[in-house]
Amino acid sequence: MTKLDQTPWDIVIVGGGNAALCAAIEAAEAGARALILEAAPKPYRGGNSRHTRNFRCMHAGPLSVLTDSYGEDEYFDDLIRVTKGQTDEALARMTIRASEACLPWMEAHGVAFQPSLSGTLSLSRTNAFFLGGGKALVNAYYNTAEDLGVTVAYEAEVVQIHVEEGRFEGVTAKIAGAETRIEGGALILASGGFQADLDWLARAWGPSAKNFLIRGTPYNRGVPLKQMLDKGADSVGDPTQCHAVAIDGRAAKFDGGIVTRLDCVPFSIVVNRDGDRFYDEGEDVWPKRYAIWGRLVAAQPDQVAYSIIDNKSRDLFMPSVYPPIKADTLEGLAQQLGLPGNKLRETVDAFNAACREGDFHPTELDGLSTEGLTPAKTNWARPIIEPPFFGYSLRPGVTFTYLGLKVDETARVSGPHGRFDNIWAAGEIMAGSILGQGYLAGFGMTIGTVFGRIAGQEAAAHV
Amino acid sequence: MFDQTPPPALSATDEARRQMEICNACRYCEGYCAVFPSAFSQRAFSDGDIIQLASLCHNCRGCYYACQYTEPHEFALNLPRALAEVRVESWDRFAWPGGFARLFQRSGGALAVALVLGIAALFWAVSALAPASGDGFYAYLSHGIMVAIFAPAFLLPLAAIAVGLRRYWGEVGGERIRWAHLTAAMADAATLRNLSGGAAGGCNFEQGDRYSQARRHAHQAVFWGFLLCFASTSSGTVLHYGFDIQAPYGLFSLPKLLGLPGGFLLSVGAVGLIALKFKADPKLGAPAVWGGEVAFVALLGFTGLTGLALYGATGTALVAPLLALHLGTVLAFFLTTPYSKMVHGFYRMAALIRDAQRKSA
Repeated sequence: MTKLDQTPWDIVIVGGGNAALCAAIEAAEAGARALILEAAPKPYRGGNSRHTRNFRCMHAGPLSVLTDSYGEDEYFDDLIRVTKGQTDEALARMTIRASEACLPWMEAHGVAFQPSLSGTLSLSRTNAFFLGGGKALVNAYYNTAEDLGVTVAYEAEVVQIHVEEGRFEGVTAKIAGAETRIEGGALILASGGFQADLDWLARAWGPSAKNFLIRGTPYNRGVPLKQMLDKGADSVGDPTQCHAVAIDGRAAKFDGGIVTRLDCVPFSIVVNRDGDRFYDEGEDVWPKRYAIWGRLVAAQPDQVAYSIIDNKSRDLFMPSVYPPIKADTLEGLAQQLGLPGNKLRETVDAFNAACREGDFHPTELDGLSTEGLTPAKTNWARPIIEPPFFGYSLRPGVTFTYLGLKVDETARVSGPHGRFDNIWAAGEIMAGSILGQGYLAGFGMTIGTVFGRIAGQEAAAHV
Repeated sequence: MFDQTPPPALSATDEARRQMEICNACRYCEGYCAVFPSAFSQRAFSDGDIIQLASLCHNCRGCYYACQYTEPHEFALNLPRALAEVRVESWDRFAWPGGFARLFQRSGGALAVALVLGIAALFWAVSALAPASGDGFYAYLSHGIMVAIFAPAFLLPLAAIAVGLRRYWGEVGGERIRWAHLTAAMADAATLRNLSGGAAGGCNFEQGDRYSQARRHAHQAVFWGFLLCFASTSSGTVLHYGFDIQAPYGLFSLPKLLGLPGGFLLSVGAVGLIALKFKADPKLGAPAVWGGEVAFVALLGFTGLTGLALYGATGTALVAPLLALHLGTVLAFFLTTPYSKMVHGFYRMAALIRDAQRKSA
């Protein structure tokens, strides 16, 4: 392997996920000598990209696996709805417009798409699914990058970024335990957020964050982000916030990925540690509500909650990876879940008494609401009476953090004296510029692809 | 609260079920092959379901390299291997008479012994049962003797395979077969659609996570080469009994026009498959049968090669030994068919038919 510290790299790329790879490929195709510093070991390369599954794409007509059309305004409206306006409109619209050309570019660089997955038909028009998921995409890009002569160092954790008078000089990376200084003509930061640093998360959110599960990679510890913020780089995004969804409480601390999600909530009642309900489980269909439940559970004692269903709801949602806890009586279920049995019985009895007759439609808002119950369950409210009873524990699962580096439309990072000469950012580390709040399925990959490509092109043109 | 004491060692079927339940909560691989749409149409997997899914799997390995849950992840998914182990276990169990499959699936040495015995038997037949007169091959072994040896050597293994298939069909809950199921399955088999990798345009076999069509092409060569050889022999039988036209046949006869390209494709394809097998990671298949599989492909290739050699030696003194060599190889191949990797073709076809039934249900 090339001696990393003795090579005059044109471009040093920190991170090894989608944005980093798009940048590396563009830079290498422009003739630049690029180095990827990936903190993870090879089997875990790719950051959170390896857990992703699709790419949200504007298109004027049928494109690859995408049906019909998805225009700029509709796409932007969808973004506004989830971010409640917390976005940079010019950057957002530029990203949306650029997404259309990205899809054929992705295919030309090895990414294969498949029609939308079973259970996700609602996304067949807007989101192109990667065949095999994000890891297959990451593999394809690593192969393409390797063919183009990009060098990749695994288990290379950047600990310091050296900037002199607004100019990037080099990085210090810990590689195989030894600190190595690596010089380069330009820097592209594509190292994600800081959600895997639980201490940072606890400082930002509060001590309860220590009980959160991290859905993705344990390697996004935010070191390059912190280095840049310490150097006065402009930031965007609420530094205290993260995107968290409710996932199976039995998931591992890190890297549980997609299979830990639970889709049972709308057909259940959800109680906290004390056996009390705390929110309308039937407020809306699950794809529109799963993201708020991370926060709701985070606000409960011990950051845990329990979703309880009876036998008739067992097959109404996607199977999950951990089988539910099962018991013939509510008391038995409470005992297994560690809940106060009498209290759970009281809560269920009160809920059952508030249910009324009506038609139940699991796939649409059926208006089957409780009466005289606080909080109400406004759809899919059916008495929980038919044994066996099933319970799942829920915990907040963090997807990503919002704090990031501010960039312009050329992906250039700015600081106290204007734009840095030769530092660009792409992917989660700058996504807060566009996605200030909430989440839109497949949009993280769009931001990473669009800005990764721009950063690669711009940095290559600079050196 | 959640007791997670380590489970006891799982059977191949239980391990595949454990993995498939994780797949069913993910579904990222839906577009690779027929295994996934079939699996994702269910919420729970019976033993028969797992055997059906395993028999559908062509070991293309696309799902392994795409999987975010392979080791060192705690879920330790390796679906290509899990399903390969189920195939081995189920073929052992379905085989009739039992025991032979355990031997010939695993042991390349046992196949080699069968080959030696087959060749020895034919050398003995050529030397002990030489006819008084005859043309071509029949100068060394009469047509009557050949039929006496090969009719039972062909039909008895077929009967044994039928027993195994019947057991399979019962376990996977197969229904009455319609013409449409057969045509759908034959189209899949003829194109090796399930080795195409879907939109990926190939499988991940000999070069890690890079996609390639090499295995599909090599398998096609063996598959079509084998069928051409089989058609060549069948056409000879038809010419012999139907038209009273007897061997030796000229270059532009049906048996030769089918058999020469068939033998060539079979030999070249077998060499290709073996070369690919040496490059591929054995841990993504069933390692215990790796030797048996390589020996089987070698045996198959050797039938093609010896057949070509025999034709090439026409009119020379080498015909007698090459005839014994070729026919002995064919004999060993036929007799071990119900118990060697060859049986995969029958179960695969059954699985494709069953999958066509599921899709049309």
